[in-house]
Amino acid sequence: MFIINCPYCGEREQSEFKAGGEAHIVRPKQPTELSDDEWAEYLFMRKNIKGIQFERWVHTHGCRKWFNVVRDTSNDKIKAVYKMGEKPPTK
Amino acid sequence: MTKNLRVKKSNLIDETYKVSFKFNGITYYGYKGDTLASALLANDIHLVGRSFKYHRPRGIMTAGSEEPNAIVQLHNNTSRTEPNVRATEIEIYEGLEASSQNCWPSVNFDVGGINNFLSPVLPAGFYYKTFMWPASFWEKYEYFIRKSAGLGKSPTEPDPDIYEHKYIHCDVLVIGAGVSGIVAAKTSAKNGYKTLLVDEKPYLGGSTIYQNSEHFKINNQISSSWLEKEINEIKKIENLEIKTRTSVAAYHGYNFLLARENLTDHMPLEQRKNKIRHRLLKIRAKKVITATGSLERPLIFDNNDRPGILLSSAIEKYASLYGVACGEKNVLFTNNDSAYETAISLYQKGINIEAIVDNREEIDSKLIKEIEKNNIKVYKGYTVVDTSGYKRINKVSIMQLSKDGQKVIGSKISISCDCLGISGGWTPAVHLFTQSGGKLKFRDEDQVFIPNIYPSDQISIGSCNGDFTLDEILSTVPKTLKEFLNLKKTDYEDLEIKSSFNKSKRNIWLLPSDKVIGKTKPFVDYQNDATAKDIKLALREGFRSIEHVKRYTTTGMGTDQGKLGNMHALGIIAETAGSKMGELGTTTFRPPYTPLTFGTIVGRNVGEYFDIFRKTPIHAWHIENKAEFENVGQWKRAWYYPKKGENMHDAVQRESKAARDSAGILDASTLGKIDIQGTDASEFLNRVYTNAWSKLAIGKCRYGLMLNEDGMVYDDGVTTRLDENHYIMTTTTGGAATVLGKLEDYLQTEWPELDVYLTSVTDHYATVSVCGPYSKKIVSRVIPDLDFSDENFPHMSFKDAKIGKIKCRVMRISFTGEHSYEINVQANYGKSVWEKCMEAGKEFNITPYGTETMHLLRAEKGFIIVGQDTDATMTPIDLQMDWIVSKKKYDFIGKRSLYRSDTIREDRKQLVGLLTENPNDVLEEGAQIVADMNKSPVEMLGHVTSSYYSPNLKKSIALGVVRNGKNMMGQKLIIPMEDKQINVTVADPVFLDKENKRLNA
Repeated sequence: MFIINCPYCGEREQSEFKAGGEAHIVRPKQPTELSDDEWAEYLFMRKNIKGIQFERWVHTHGCRKWFNVVRDTSNDKIKAVYKMGEKPPTK
Repeated sequence: MTKNLRVKKSNLIDETYKVSFKFNGITYYGYKGDTLASALLANDIHLVGRSFKYHRPRGIMTAGSEEPNAIVQLHNNTSRTEPNVRATEIEIYEGLEASSQNCWPSVNFDVGGINNFLSPVLPAGFYYKTFMWPASFWEKYEYFIRKSAGLGKSPTEPDPDIYEHKYIHCDVLVIGAGVSGIVAAKTSAKNGYKTLLVDEKPYLGGSTIYQNSEHFKINNQISSSWLEKEINEIKKIENLEIKTRTSVAAYHGYNFLLARENLTDHMPLEQRKNKIRHRLLKIRAKKVITATGSLERPLIFDNNDRPGILLSSAIEKYASLYGVACGEKNVLFTNNDSAYETAISLYQKGINIEAIVDNREEIDSKLIKEIEKNNIKVYKGYTVVDTSGYKRINKVSIMQLSKDGQKVIGSKISISCDCLGISGGWTPAVHLFTQSGGKLKFRDEDQVFIPNIYPSDQISIGSCNGDFTLDEILSTVPKTLKEFLNLKKTDYEDLEIKSSFNKSKRNIWLLPSDKVIGKTKPFVDYQNDATAKDIKLALREGFRSIEHVKRYTTTGMGTDQGKLGNMHALGIIAETAGSKMGELGTTTFRPPYTPLTFGTIVGRNVGEYFDIFRKTPIHAWHIENKAEFENVGQWKRAWYYPKKGENMHDAVQRESKAARDSAGILDASTLGKIDIQGTDASEFLNRVYTNAWSKLAIGKCRYGLMLNEDGMVYDDGVTTRLDENHYIMTTTTGGAATVLGKLEDYLQTEWPELDVYLTSVTDHYATVSVCGPYSKKIVSRVIPDLDFSDENFPHMSFKDAKIGKIKCRVMRISFTGEHSYEINVQANYGKSVWEKCMEAGKEFNITPYGTETMHLLRAEKGFIIVGQDTDATMTPIDLQMDWIVSKKKYDFIGKRSLYRSDTIREDRKQLVGLLTENPNDVLEEGAQIVADMNKSPVEMLGHVTSSYYSPNLKKSIALGVVRNGKNMMGQKLIIPMEDKQINVTVADPVFLDKENKRLNA
């Protein structure tokens, strides 16, 4: 069980959070303009990386805020945590 | 008949405290401090069980949690019965009753023993190969297999014991209280770390605590005496908590560990009342020191499983710690110095040793010299090739090993004995380390896996780290601790250590025999009866991955998880396949380290505490009025209100009729309610619902359908505009939390620019829904100040009102198709408003109805229930609800998905009404729908989603999803049932009042 450093509440047990899949997938502004393939790309395609992965998490049983987590999926180490709308760390 | 094999007093055993217990119905005596195994051995009993597959007689093999054979059933046929208890761990208490498992009629005469002689036809994978064909026979095979397999019996009565969970936070957790763990715990605690020390045994000190030999000394004191002083000291340290009988079951990431603290299993049953039996400790440690020690390896040779064959270290432990001799004519068989430690202990206590057989040829060892000085015969360069004795070993046959160790040479020598101690060296107990994600490395010189890469702030010390001898441990551990705990110095810098142990070892995974392997039974996994022969067969049949060989041969899959034999299995695979041990890897070590009871896992979450349940503010009234309840999510909802003599059908028919003919009243408080405010609230609703919201006037209500981004229906409900920038949304009862979560997700991540605030107010309001032709009369009596005329208060509108001084919101909305009102009040007034409505409706036959009637009434109107008539594959178009999908809106969640190539297919499953040929035939929900019974295979077109007998229409009605159903109106279809076929006609899903006249009636 991870300990996740919620950017609003601080360190809490993983059981207070819910994972929300890959981060930085932006909903297309004009979905109607997209072909089936382009829409499917947004709707279904997700990466499943062994290594550094950018993820969305929500502090369900806390502040209910969504935020981003950088996690190494090979050892579950959390490298960084940052708020929605903030730029992902480059290092 | 029974002998007394007690040899000397011991610190652990209280010889003034005699304990009687029963084993297989016979009463025996032991002493307080004995385990069941030590007490049985003291009574000269080795045979305790039968093996899993061949039903071979099996005895006590070890003296700890790694025991594969001596597993027993406790207190058979009582509520406290427990299978698979290791006799080597359970401490005896007055009145303990244990019995053998896996044998019938008795452990001494077991019919299944025939399997031993059938073993040539029971090879690895026998069950896979034989019982898979023909497939239809599986049910019969299974009955037979289960009957003969039984590993103990599970209890049939509720568990009378209490269990609990506890969280512990500490700076340092030390696992294992052997010499390394004691040194670590003391060092950690004395340097200010809040420390927790746990050990699975009832005593502290590991195996060093009974190491009473001149050959092992610390600062010129015998190692056990030195350690005893250390233990006495640590007991006084304040920030050190010590928990014995506490076994760490799992080591997860981020130093989160689960341990089971055993509090009452050693007590007589009558003393356990109202006490907590097991406590599951959920430990979060900043740092973890693993000092779990090592497990002695057996040796793999023909017939190495007979009762009377034990690990050499177990024989020493029984002698030194429990004062019990395992036999009177002992032979030891070893490939390293450990067996000589045992021999010296036995010799000191006057226990006879016939001979020692050593795989090694020339060894310069002080321990061997001492043994030889005492005229004990040592066969160097020899190996055991066979044993005999069915229920107890009576002879070993030995032969000389060839130089390369691959063959045996010379002639056979027989030694008679009643006990054989075997030692194949030591395996570090790295189970917890690897569970935590640690990576191992293989050390070639002594063929062991040791910790290499640590995934978290932890360290392994002592023999679980591959430091086996006392001098290695006490020179390495202090240095490791200094670095790990950031210390300048420890108390253990200048210890003077004497250790006579010679580390040389001659490792041969499968010892050679004078017979061909097919004629031998060298057991690798004792509990599952997997032999070296089976492993070789698996390799011959093409299995290569260690994980596959494990599953095919079942090696390591017993309740002991192969603690003894897994290394040998790896070794034999590597040798046979010609690969290197280190490259082969290991099978995965999974929690729990030793089995946990279900009680421990569930803790207090049993019975009514299994899950939380939610009650509406009107719940007490439903109870008083004898409602039956239904679980909806976590809610208890009134299901129906049976009157005397009524069954469910009768009650629902009566309620349904009353709701349409006079008046019905429903507790709708469980519906999800979300308060939505902000200047962009209208725009937000526009984006989340399929229909248009910007033009909804203040004071009006509108039904909305919510989709997932994939276009599938997700939730529905009525939302009311309370003010310019203020809405109240209702959701389905089960969907409330997920809808709120989803809306928050979009607001926070996709549309943070919108000025919208969401608050869950589900629990803040009680909702009383009154419907039927008399509903207006009833509600206007309850709220006399409100103008209920259709002009002032039309369908789909809302009014603020007051009942006396109580503020309420009244919505004129309908889920039944009847003229109806929903009164929302602050939750604590819910019951009184309900009662007021009941009072006002008395003369109009107001009838409380539950969820079942609600479902029936809405089905008559063809209204869907999300989650019953839909699953995650239904679009609004599939539901024939095209009318609710806005064509004008540029975008809403899921819009683009409604014209993907898949969602525009004509032959998708679509919601239709179904009418049965015989109006009294009520379909079963979930029943399959077909068109042609003669087609092979019969094609399934869909299924029934809702089905009722309608008292208002006096016929059976149903909703279902049917492929291309939209274009099948009037067509005949078939519902095949077990005993008959029901003919149905596809119909409009709206069965009653298509013109919606009743809404204004």
